[in-house]
Amino acid sequence: MIEEKGSYVMKIAVSSTGPSLDAHMDERFGRCPCFVVASAGESDFEPVDNPCATQGHGAGIQAARLVAEHGVSVVLTGRCGPKASDTLAAAGVLVVTGYGGTVREALEKYNAENASS
Amino acid sequence: MRIGIASGKGGTGKTTVATNLARVAAREEKRVVYLDCDVEEPNGQIFLEPEVKWRRPVTVPVPEVDEELCDLCGQCGDICGFSAIVPIGKKVLIFPQLCHSCGGCRLVCPLDAIAEIPREVATLTAGEVDGVEYFQGLLKIGEAMSPPVIRALKAVAPQAELVIVDAPPGTSCPVVEAVRGCDKVLLVTEPTPFGLHDLELALDTIGCLGIPCEVVINRAGLNGEATRELCRSRTVEIAAELPDRRSIAEAYSRGEMAVDVDPDFRDRFVALLHRIEDQP
Repeated sequence: MIEEKGSYVMKIAVSSTGPSLDAHMDERFGRCPCFVVASAGESDFEPVDNPCATQGHGAGIQAARLVAEHGVSVVLTGRCGPKASDTLAAAGVLVVTGYGGTVREALEKYNAENASS
Repeated sequence: MRIGIASGKGGTGKTTVATNLARVAAREEKRVVYLDCDVEEPNGQIFLEPEVKWRRPVTVPVPEVDEELCDLCGQCGDICGFSAIVPIGKKVLIFPQLCHSCGGCRLVCPLDAIAEIPREVATLTAGEVDGVEYFQGLLKIGEAMSPPVIRALKAVAPQAELVIVDAPPGTSCPVVEAVRGCDKVLLVTEPTPFGLHDLELALDTIGCLGIPCEVVINRAGLNGEATRELCRSRTVEIAAELPDRRSIAEAYSRGEMAVDVDPDFRDRFVALLHRIEDQP
């Protein structure tokens, strides 16, 4: 865990097929097998298993709770259903959809697009 | 006698068997009640064409949170097994379509901040045609949960000499809810690999429920031997075989019933009816 640092570090969760930066992203939010949670501006990351992946229904909602509990403020994914979107919005988590490629590529793309702002 | 018509695989002829059975029973002056429990797609009306007597809504209770009282303790979310109520951030989200109406969230709320409000999910229709009392449920578009509707349908239907329950396809909760309480289940199958596969699943499901069951082979002809072999190995009797016949398919495509157009089919359904009635 990185959050006990005194200063606020923005955490970004990427829906992934595996627990590493070089894993391919899973375009699904709720049913991805795991999230890679990275801290902005650091190379450190934390893999978070997604136990909701095989759940019958409500997977997106539970996945949203999971990332919110890990203190994530931004989710990068391919697509996100309406229930998961509502839950993430209520938790104050920003969702950015349309991402693909590897986890590393997604993080680099997001960081490049948001570096200037 | 309450008889369930189920199948496993969809499109094998549940409604064909159920409607034709209802018609031959009504012709014998029996009081027949027909329940179309395939509430996602009730098709019995296409063939029976009942005159509608009444319609009424089906509601299910769903939670509503008084945000003035709620302190976001989270107990409602913990007890919900379906993520239908989710305390998150500074509010409690409710997803009514996931709610199974158990009332658990209201019971555990220490502040009495949760009330249950009715939500309309379906319409029940009652009608009558040629001695058949017809009842169906129809889920609203976008609704996912049919068991409460099937329960409501079963609750409004009167007892009768013969109650025919036309079940939905598959082997999941809606089927279980539809056939629960039946004295016997007829499993309608077709002699295809897919039909055979799903018949096995359906036999397991009905077996778990402990309801006596028999098989009806629809469109029988080619490849029927594998189905008969399965029934022999499971010691399940074949109550009827309905031959594959183009004239029946043509009548069906016009919304006509097999027993009205083909004397041989009428004889087969009369025999099936008497077989059902004569068995304890």
